[in-house]
Amino acid sequence: MAARIGIFFVFVAVLLSISAFSSAQDLQIVNAERRIDLSSHIVKAFLTLKVENIGKDPAAEMLLAFPPTQIKNLAMVQALAITGKKKKKIYLPLDVKPTEQPDAPNDTGYYRVKFISPLGPGETVSLEVLYILTHSLEPFPVEITQSESQLVYYHDSAVILSPYHIKQQTTFVKTPTTRVESFTSIEPANRAGKEIKYGPYENRASYSYTPVIIHFENNSPFAVVEELVREIEISHWGSLQITENYRLTHGGARHKGVFSRVDYQSKRSVSGASSFNALLAVLPPRVNSVYYRDNIGNISTSHLRTGFRKSELEFEPRYPLFGGWSATFVIGYRVPLEDYLFEASDGRRYLNFTFGCPLVETIVNKLTLKVVLPEGSKDPSAVLPFTVNQELEVKYSYLDIVGRTVVVLQKDNVVPTHNVPFQVYYTFKPIYMLAEPFMLR
Amino acid sequence: MAALESPLPGTPTAMRNAFGNVLSVLILVLIGVLAFSIRLFSVIKYESVIHEFDPYFNYRVTQFLSKNGIYEFWNWFDDRTWYPLGRVIGGTVYPGLTLTAGTIWWGLNSLNIPLSVETVCVFTAPVFSAFASWATYLLTKEVKGSGAGLAAAALLAMVPSYISRSVAGSYDNEAVAIFALIFTFYLYIKTLNTGSLFYATLNALAYFYMVCSWGGYTFIINLIPMHVLLCIVTGRYSPRLYIAYAPLVVLGTLLAALVPVVGFNAVLTSEHFASFLVFIIIHVVALVYYIKGILSPKMFKVAVTLVVSIGMVVCFIVVAILVALVASSPTGGWSGRSLSLLDPTYASKYIPIIASVSEHQPPTWPSYFMDINVLAFLVPAGIIACFSPLSDASSFVVLYIVMSVYFSGVMVRLMLVLAPAACIMSGIALSQAFDVFTGSIKYQLGATSNSTDDAEDNTSTNNAPKDDAAASKTDKGEEIVKERSSKKGKKKEREPADKPSVKAKIKKKALVLPLEASIVALLLLIMLGAFYVIHCVWAAAEAYSAPSIVLTSQSRDGLHVFDDFRESYAWLSHNTDVDDKVASWWDYGYQTTAMANRTVIVDNNTWNNTHIATVGTAMSSPEKAAWEIFNSLDVKYVLVVFGGLIGYPSDDINKFLWMVRIGGGVFPHIKEADYLRDGQYRIDSEATPTMLNSLMYKLSYYRFVETDGKGYDRVRRTEIGKKHFKLTHFEEVFTSHHWMVRLYKLKPPRNRIRGKAKKLKSKTSSGLSSKSAKKNPWV
Repeated sequence: MAARIGIFFVFVAVLLSISAFSSAQDLQIVNAERRIDLSSHIVKAFLTLKVENIGKDPAAEMLLAFPPTQIKNLAMVQALAITGKKKKKIYLPLDVKPTEQPDAPNDTGYYRVKFISPLGPGETVSLEVLYILTHSLEPFPVEITQSESQLVYYHDSAVILSPYHIKQQTTFVKTPTTRVESFTSIEPANRAGKEIKYGPYENRASYSYTPVIIHFENNSPFAVVEELVREIEISHWGSLQITENYRLTHGGARHKGVFSRVDYQSKRSVSGASSFNALLAVLPPRVNSVYYRDNIGNISTSHLRTGFRKSELEFEPRYPLFGGWSATFVIGYRVPLEDYLFEASDGRRYLNFTFGCPLVETIVNKLTLKVVLPEGSKDPSAVLPFTVNQELEVKYSYLDIVGRTVVVLQKDNVVPTHNVPFQVYYTFKPIYMLAEPFMLR
Repeated sequence: MAALESPLPGTPTAMRNAFGNVLSVLILVLIGVLAFSIRLFSVIKYESVIHEFDPYFNYRVTQFLSKNGIYEFWNWFDDRTWYPLGRVIGGTVYPGLTLTAGTIWWGLNSLNIPLSVETVCVFTAPVFSAFASWATYLLTKEVKGSGAGLAAAALLAMVPSYISRSVAGSYDNEAVAIFALIFTFYLYIKTLNTGSLFYATLNALAYFYMVCSWGGYTFIINLIPMHVLLCIVTGRYSPRLYIAYAPLVVLGTLLAALVPVVGFNAVLTSEHFASFLVFIIIHVVALVYYIKGILSPKMFKVAVTLVVSIGMVVCFIVVAILVALVASSPTGGWSGRSLSLLDPTYASKYIPIIASVSEHQPPTWPSYFMDINVLAFLVPAGIIACFSPLSDASSFVVLYIVMSVYFSGVMVRLMLVLAPAACIMSGIALSQAFDVFTGSIKYQLGATSNSTDDAEDNTSTNNAPKDDAAASKTDKGEEIVKERSSKKGKKKEREPADKPSVKAKIKKKALVLPLEASIVALLLLIMLGAFYVIHCVWAAAEAYSAPSIVLTSQSRDGLHVFDDFRESYAWLSHNTDVDDKVASWWDYGYQTTAMANRTVIVDNNTWNNTHIATVGTAMSSPEKAAWEIFNSLDVKYVLVVFGGLIGYPSDDINKFLWMVRIGGGVFPHIKEADYLRDGQYRIDSEATPTMLNSLMYKLSYYRFVETDGKGYDRVRRTEIGKKHFKLTHFEEVFTSHHWMVRLYKLKPPRNRIRGKAKKLKSKTSSGLSSKSAKKNPWV
């Protein structure tokens, strides 16, 4: 099944790429503005594009190009079409898919954005594009001591890499503090406060690329979850049990030499500026039985605030994390079943839960989400707004005979914007609910 | 129990017995639940976690067993401890506890109950406490009937001494061993009472389980022979005694030799010799009785003289051989711990490593009250009750209590062996007292209902206090006489179970206390029991539930948690290389291997005194010499525990004198006197320079003065002697939140002696080769 779908996708992709490339020369970008936010370790870039069809045929879609250094760190690309005049702007989400181009120069990566309706000749459309990069801030110096603050490099191009001709463009780069050691100046470029402005540049040909390096201070917590395994166990007896296994590291400049508690405690402002100790997890509302522990027992530094819309778990690892240090821990909690399990119109049940990592402002290198269906469930299928690896497993838990079907969803490079709902559909006969009490007899 | 003794009037005896049996089963179940649940305070107040030091080792072994299976476990050579020597875990560990928990875990998991190994380990001890209280019921029932059995079981379920070693999380050998001990004794008494070979075999198996579980099995193998000897000497020899004893020695010794940690010790060390000696004696006695049976009295006298003379010679030779064997071995064939049992001053004189452990110290009187509470007062009454009448079984428990009182007086730890004996005795005492009081109340009530005159009642109440003691004395005297005569009359002894009921009946007739006195006495007894229960619950909840790896303190602004140990172990396990070696005093060895998964130099097993002395020497040496020692052991990190900031008293500075003593015992250049100023151990400005320059002092107090500006040590309640100093050979890599654990890294050699390194560089062409050529510039 998957293979067939794969073939289908390849086929479509080839088909589309041919058509897309044919229209590449027919589009041009009238005006482009890019705002790159470097204030945390997750790089967010907002593109505002005004695209015009200068060809003769209507164009159904356009391409976004990314340099090879960015394409592998690209966590997410989203696009919105702006219609309507000022103050009455309507944003419509557009379909964005990664795609391949046969003659891409220098391993450029592409994403294909499909317009809502094909762009007729001479027409223009305004687009908002958001893309998120992870692991794109390179610490320099690579190792720092406790008293130093963390400096990082950001590599990019002063002009937007695009397969289209861009008439006018500007790039704004926002740094977290005013401390910028250096930045490559491509005239006209200037820096004011926390913002570096590149441009405006006029009439740049397609595939223009002028590399720039920005060296600046960034002491925001570089919280990277190397591996996160979330297990959601559905019990039709009234609750969902969620268990999350974290392996957290500090992804910034490596800590060098001494760790002095005396400095850390007394001179908090200058000592360990890049280290972090407090973490925040956003959990569902009505969460209960929350625990926070690791494999040697409870960790007592946590605080839960339950709210109407969401619950917040403030917690600290056992020790502050300095560059390169890591910690493992488990967070587990229970939520009422009726908030997340529903019956579809065709009689199947479905779980509606949030994908991604509950920790705020963290990157997850490898996320494995396991949905453990009740014993006796059949025909599971997962519905997600983006592609993930899917497989099935069997797990034996308390008093099981045939075992429980586990839907395993696996995705790399997950950022907080991936925290969107997903669904897992399955069929279940209520008679199986009696299996466990029967076993107990 | 009281309910048992008050049968409904008018019901047939069979019904009453059936009702009593159902009730006692119910009570036993409740006692089991009580025993289990009173030990859960630690889980409720703290968390479900393994406690203290040794349990961490047992937990780690169980993890290994559950992961790798039984064969790997037997052959396990652990290279992560006692670096670079390693330790053969499979051959040096008592496997009973590990195998028990491993089996439970395996069983549960094969039933698809996915409990973690940790959970199983945490709850093993409470479960076995319930078993132990049931075993106590069985044992006491054999001695004095089921009433006493239930009382003893209830007392044992919550005796603080046993709770201290078996709270949830206290995953130590004693947790299962006390059950095995009591059960072995029960089977011995059962065999003694029934003469059944079946029970004798079971007894040997129970003994085998005990040998697997705990080194305290030597107590059994010495106590039972002593009892046998006592029986023989007091003319109580019977075939039942032979059946109870001979198979135990033969099968038991064979089975014990199967346990790798015991092996040939079962026949070679002097702890076991008593059993063999008595084994010989019982055969001689059996032979004598046999010959006496087949010979005429005249011939028998001749035979006796013959046998006695030959026997004397044989015995003399055997004793001579034994003495020679014992004398030829360096410690006289006795292991250090056993020697300190016989001579309480032995350990502190000769083996500092044994004396340094607080649980090897003799207990103080308050600790008796703390650990067995009111039982201490009930025990004498129980002993008296055991003498009326004295049977084989009751003489055994009397011997048991006497021996355990002695041993508990030697070592705090052996209070644990005393606890079951005290419970049995107190159970007997309570049961007998209740018997007497409820019996007389019933009699009195029956008398009043049968319209007896008030005058008689009054007179009896008037002279009650005086008559009381006298009556009981005469009653007991009669009892013994009757018992003796009945024994002579009938060769086959009655079942001990129906003894007390017969006795109770006799008592009811003979000994009647006035109604008011018995009611008051009953109330007092119940109050005593209530006091005991309150104390036990308090002990379980407050005194013995702390897991000791996480400390809490109550202050005005709420509960403070000091989780520094796990903080630093977690840091070690995540932020150092897997093969790094960590040096610390041996107390933290088990925890470091189990929680941080790092190789340690010494641990709580303390099998190699020299190795521990090496670490002790390093800790007491100046920085440079210590660096050399640690570097030669390939140590990367040094861990010290420091309580001066928050006032945690059992830190390394307070243990430091033991490091000096143990180190000095092997390396004479470390002298205890150098660390003492006028015989006083101090760390303030009066401290000796040797003390102030020792590695332990420096690592503990490095930059401590910067916390409050004065360097005030909250444990020693003084300002430290040397406040500002720098470390040249070590660097601080981690200090926990409350400074309780401080970790230092050994600096690599090239960073230190610039002058010498430069010289070397100029001589040889490259600095690198010079380093490799002379790895350790200090040697």
